[in-house]
Amino acid sequence: MKNRLIGTSVPRKEAFDKVTGRARYVDDVSFPGMIYGTTVRSKVARGRLRGIALGPGIPWDEFVVVTAKDIPGINAIHLINDDQPCLADGVINHPEEPVVLLAHPDKHLLEKARQAVVLDIDELPAVHSIEDALAKTAVVWGEDNIFKRYTIEKGDIAEAFANADVILEGHYETGAQEQLYIENNGVIASYSEEAGVTIWGSLQCPYYIQKALIPLFGVGPERARVIQLETGGGFGGKEEYPSMIASHAALLAKKAGVPVKIIYDRAEDMAATTKRHPSRTVVRAAVMRDGTVVGLDIDFAIDGGAYSTLSQVVLSRGLIHAAGPYSCPNVHILGRAVATNSPPHGAFRGFGAPQSIFALERHLDEIGKYLGIAPDEIRRRNFVKPGQTLATGQVVRDDVDMNVLLDRALEAAGWGDKKARFAVENREEGSVKRGIGLATFLHGTGFTGSGEKFLASIVGVEATADGHVRVLAASTEIGQGTNTIFAQIAGDALGVDYDVIQVGQPDTAFVPNSGPTVASRTCTIVGKLVETAALGLRQTLLGSGLLEEPYSSEQFVKACSAYVARSGELRAYAEYKQPPYIKWDEDTFKGDAYGAYSWAVYVASVKVDTLTYEATVEDFVALQEVGKVIHPTLAAGQIEGGVAQGIGWALYENVVWKNGRMANDRMTDYIMPTSVDLPPIRALFAESPYSYGPSGAKGIGELPMDGPGPAIVNAILDAVGIGIPRIPATPEVVMEAYLANTSVTRVCRATEVARG
Amino acid sequence: MVAPHVDVSNDEHAELLACRSLVTLRINGRETKLTIAPWTTLLDLLREHLDLTGTKKGCDNGQCGACTVLVDGTRINACLTLAVTKDGSEVTTIEGLSAGDQLHPVQKAFIERDAFQCGYCTPGQICSIVGLLREGRAKTTRDVRELMSGNICRCGAYANIVAAIEDVLTEASHTPDGEREP
Repeated sequence: MKNRLIGTSVPRKEAFDKVTGRARYVDDVSFPGMIYGTTVRSKVARGRLRGIALGPGIPWDEFVVVTAKDIPGINAIHLINDDQPCLADGVINHPEEPVVLLAHPDKHLLEKARQAVVLDIDELPAVHSIEDALAKTAVVWGEDNIFKRYTIEKGDIAEAFANADVILEGHYETGAQEQLYIENNGVIASYSEEAGVTIWGSLQCPYYIQKALIPLFGVGPERARVIQLETGGGFGGKEEYPSMIASHAALLAKKAGVPVKIIYDRAEDMAATTKRHPSRTVVRAAVMRDGTVVGLDIDFAIDGGAYSTLSQVVLSRGLIHAAGPYSCPNVHILGRAVATNSPPHGAFRGFGAPQSIFALERHLDEIGKYLGIAPDEIRRRNFVKPGQTLATGQVVRDDVDMNVLLDRALEAAGWGDKKARFAVENREEGSVKRGIGLATFLHGTGFTGSGEKFLASIVGVEATADGHVRVLAASTEIGQGTNTIFAQIAGDALGVDYDVIQVGQPDTAFVPNSGPTVASRTCTIVGKLVETAALGLRQTLLGSGLLEEPYSSEQFVKACSAYVARSGELRAYAEYKQPPYIKWDEDTFKGDAYGAYSWAVYVASVKVDTLTYEATVEDFVALQEVGKVIHPTLAAGQIEGGVAQGIGWALYENVVWKNGRMANDRMTDYIMPTSVDLPPIRALFAESPYSYGPSGAKGIGELPMDGPGPAIVNAILDAVGIGIPRIPATPEVVMEAYLANTSVTRVCRATEVARG
Repeated sequence: MVAPHVDVSNDEHAELLACRSLVTLRINGRETKLTIAPWTTLLDLLREHLDLTGTKKGCDNGQCGACTVLVDGTRINACLTLAVTKDGSEVTTIEGLSAGDQLHPVQKAFIERDAFQCGYCTPGQICSIVGLLREGRAKTTRDVRELMSGNICRCGAYANIVAAIEDVLTEASHTPDGEREP
């Protein structure tokens, strides 16, 4: 198999439709008789729902009204623990919790009606922080507010701490972050007794929604069909939440007898749907004078919001990434996902890893500063090498040399020159100080542990009557380039031109379950299945006598067409088989957490204005080893976009909470980077092919979210000598740290270990 | 879409809803007469009355730029514009920039530079750029970034968007007729 498409930057499959406005997103679609739906939500954080009153002035007989009583099956959004109701029934656990659904043909009247519904709620004490949840100021979930607790153990932590030269402890926090895809969440649902539920929507994971509809309606999978339309960004925000909105629209459609469209407006989407989990991490490091970290004791906690949803999975990824790309021999990591009374936090690019990586990468700079060791050098003294083990005991099989990556990134960033220049310039008068900082990290490819084995994803390819080949997968195009890379991979496996390959619309009635579009798995895991299935189709065709090697693309198309004409159909499928070396113990968190990792070194240059306390990124170098780069332009786009979101998370994107509700639920108050706020982002790649990825590709989508936070805050430390313990490092946060003169001994408590 | 927040009885509400205005617009070169509720935004008029769904609704508050269209050649947020206030104007939307398969130079540059990912902000970005080129104020990359900062791209394709704009600017400076008037 020769690569002719892989490694080149072919045009996106859907490029023409997207630049001409012809691409149809859910709000661009209408059906005959379709009416509109809306959601009545709780205004309080926690309470007992005593009654629902339909207020005066509304012709209620014209409305479709749905409450929990109308649910034919189980009142839960099926995911992992099924603790989240589809519609609140009796108890309220967070602001914006859905209680009543309304539908009507007139959007104006619908909004008026929504405001006229009165929820009678007796308020109960609520919990609004990780600390309060752990302290059980009120018990709001289970017996102790803890959704899940995991630990990782490696070596002998007590001995490491007893024998270290110094112990440094630091506390770090990261805030919530809104995904803020520009297309809000939305679906259309229809219902009939014969066909059951059909959903068209903006979504990442068609089969998640199907799985949620089955128990809600008490139907089989053949009566719960989900179709993805063009999707205007997801970033994780359309992983699990669309199951909620699809359920709502489907309940309304069943009762109304006509299709129902629900499109959230921006404020509703920001306030009511998922965000990145806020986190707080305590890192205690046992360190030798030469900078070797001999022990890591990490307490990692994330705020899951009111229901467990995906929190345990986010927790496990965060936990596994908490000790970074280092070989530290003695590790103890405690991870807890806690309940609070805010809307459930959920999937967002990085999925827990950015939070724990922020803490460790910040802490390494504090350790270096305390010991007088440069940030690059302290990392060199601790990098894991192939054959050594990560925190879970996983032996590193990737052919990676972090020192080489570090050298290359530092050179690209002009590290040495900038260090010298900034040191001189920063001594001059003037309020602007400059600094440079870095982060080194890894990101696991695909589902954690045995996740991929349980998913057992399937991909199909089929020949069309006109001799094209169509990829059949549930993996969605959400801007990251699924359609394009699948066509490249299939095209090369078949030895045909790019235009011969089509990618089928994700529709549960026609595509097999290739798993969710999450976890940096689409290219490497599903892409590999595309390759395998395509090779299977090719074998069939070669064995049929209709095609002989060598063949041209045109000959292939003719043979395909002839095969379909002769035999009716030509399809091939591939199912995921776990690489044989993977051993994972879910109970002890020991073993091969991921089939492979992508590895990275990110370097940020910042300026800090010590009058306004504003930090600005002036230059950004992002170097990563991601196996084979399938499409250089798309890959760079993933990195640039992820870094942009990472810069937002680090400096600007501040979710302001008021009694568990996002107070700044609009784009003027929730600040994300625009074209003028971003520095040049230089995406660089190293390629070390992974034998279980298509042409050697590993995961890429989430990785760029991990590095910017710590690299930027470390650069602020370099610029002004202030260690910022939490992000976003807004001017207020920087000012507070600056005025408190938060030096290493304040962010980070050092204890010299006495020797007997 | 949010209803007028006026405390009125149901009858008065019905009366308000029944209130209509006549508006005449030349949309993508075609004269269009419509009878609409006076509070109808230009965005809703395009999307809901004419099925010109290429123009997107991202925030409905003038904060994201996804709804950018050209009115008499000037780029505006269609969501903040009441259609009746533009009576008699020439409106160009993304659908009016290309003719069949013949793409506008900005659209071509977007494909060549991969200046989009999910595509949702793209029609607004492209219309905004056509307006920007007409304004003639963008001389440097910094100008381009500043003058395009009202069009948010959450996928973060800004570097490629700026590169696409600079391609078109360069081409336009070489061939005076390179930029097609919408």
